[in-house]
This record gives sequence, C-alpha cells and structure tokens, in this order.
Amino acid sequence: MTPMHKLPPLLWGLFSAGGTIAAFLFPAHAFMTWVAFPYAWLRPPSYDYLIHMLHSPWVRIYFLGFISLPLFHWAHRFRYTLYDGLQIKHLTLLIVTLCYGSALAGTAFAAYVLWRMP
Amino acid sequence: MTPGSNYTLYHPRWYRKRVSVWWWLETRPYIFFVIRELTSLAVAYFAVVFLWMLKALADGPESYARFLARMQNPGLAAVNTLGFLMILFHAVTWFNLAPRAMAVRLAGKRLPDWAIRGANYGAWAVATALVVWLAERG
Repeated sequence: MTPMHKLPPLLWGLFSAGGTIAAFLFPAHAFMTWVAFPYAWLRPPSYDYLIHMLHSPWVRIYFLGFISLPLFHWAHRFRYTLYDGLQIKHLTLLIVTLCYGSALAGTAFAAYVLWRMP
Repeated sequence: MTPGSNYTLYHPRWYRKRVSVWWWLETRPYIFFVIRELTSLAVAYFAVVFLWMLKALADGPESYARFLARMQNPGLAAVNTLGFLMILFHAVTWFNLAPRAMAVRLAGKRLPDWAIRGANYGAWAVATALVVWLAERG
C-alpha cells in the first residue's frame, strides 16, 4: 500500500463527517446568522456573551471542527460535481489541489483565529 | 504508460458516445441530483461566513457589530436566504440517505429505514433547539 491508496478512504471519511455536521448543525446556525438576525426575527447574542463562551477550549475545538470538516465535505463533493457537471476529469490535479488546498487553508486560518481569540 | 501518451489514469481510450454538458437538465431526478451536489457550495460559503464572524469577534466589539450590520445588506440577505434553503436541502437529503449509508442491527435484526430516518430527524430537532437556546441565552 502506497500512501496514495490510503488517501481516498480518509477523504470519504472527512466528506461524511463534514456532511453530518453540516446537516445537524448548519441549518440552525445559518437560519440565525443569515435569516433571523438580519430580518430581526431573533436578537443576535451579545459580544460579551460570545467571548465568554469562546474562553472555553471545548467551544474553540467545536468551532474548529464546525468550520474545517464541512470545508472538506465541500472539497470532496464539489470535486466530483466538477467532474460530472463540466466533464473536466482530465484537470484532476488542478481541481484536487484547489479543492483540498482551500479546505486546508480555511482550517489553518480558523485555527489561527481561534487561537488568538481574546 | 509513457509520459507522452494520451491515456488517462485508469481509462484506455475506448469508444464512448459524447454526453452533453447539459445532461443533468434532461430529467427531474438529474436536476435534483445536481442541486443536491451543489449544496456543498452553500455549505462552504456558510463555513467561510462563520469564520468571518469569528474573526470579527477576535477583532473586537465594533468589528462584530459591523459584521451583523453587513449581514443586513438587502442583496446579501437575499443571497444568504437562498444559501440557507440550500443548506436545508442538504440536511434533508442527508438524513433521507442515512438508512442507505448505515445498516444498524439490533438483536440480529436490521433496523427498518423509517427508524434510522426518524432517529436522525429527532437528533436534528434536539441539536437545533440546543443551538438556538444557547445563542438566545446571551
């Protein structure tokens, strides 16, 4: 087994984990952030309350997984959407680099932001 | 495989009929399939917006207030509402496929599809209530 053979199961695992987080938790968060707060149906949580919550390392780890895993879910699914939708399987290397690279970059940035959170 | 050959990985050049790039507009199930696949864009977009909110929180109370005000921009709010519907579509299709993805056995018998689906929707309701309660508490 070369390392390249171990990669696809890992990527499917990340796709699955990210899809599960996006299914269970994203609707509630997206409803509040994108619909209920902007249209003033619900009151957004205060800055002090959120910073207080973010003092807990568990909350930071939760948000890291909350952002990172769904990004990998996107990377994996969108890669195949491009293959099927646009028939550009020959551009594999470019697509794979852009998709998983973006997910990795997003994860690194999320870790940095959560690390330096006051 | 020599570097200059036209063979692609795993595929010899066999005869295949050309499929239109618009194949997914042909029937309703194809259209739903592609919409489901495209929900990943809304998922990634929300992850990025959420990261933006966390960065605003890290930058201070003024940044957080600016972020909330930015979300109220009518054009952006319209796009984001569509994004929310896409995320909802992702969730529903995900839970409906759960019985296909996991075969749960209880006392040697496979649980029926409706039980797995029901457990997923139940857990979703609990998770949603918990998240909204935690957010509205502050």
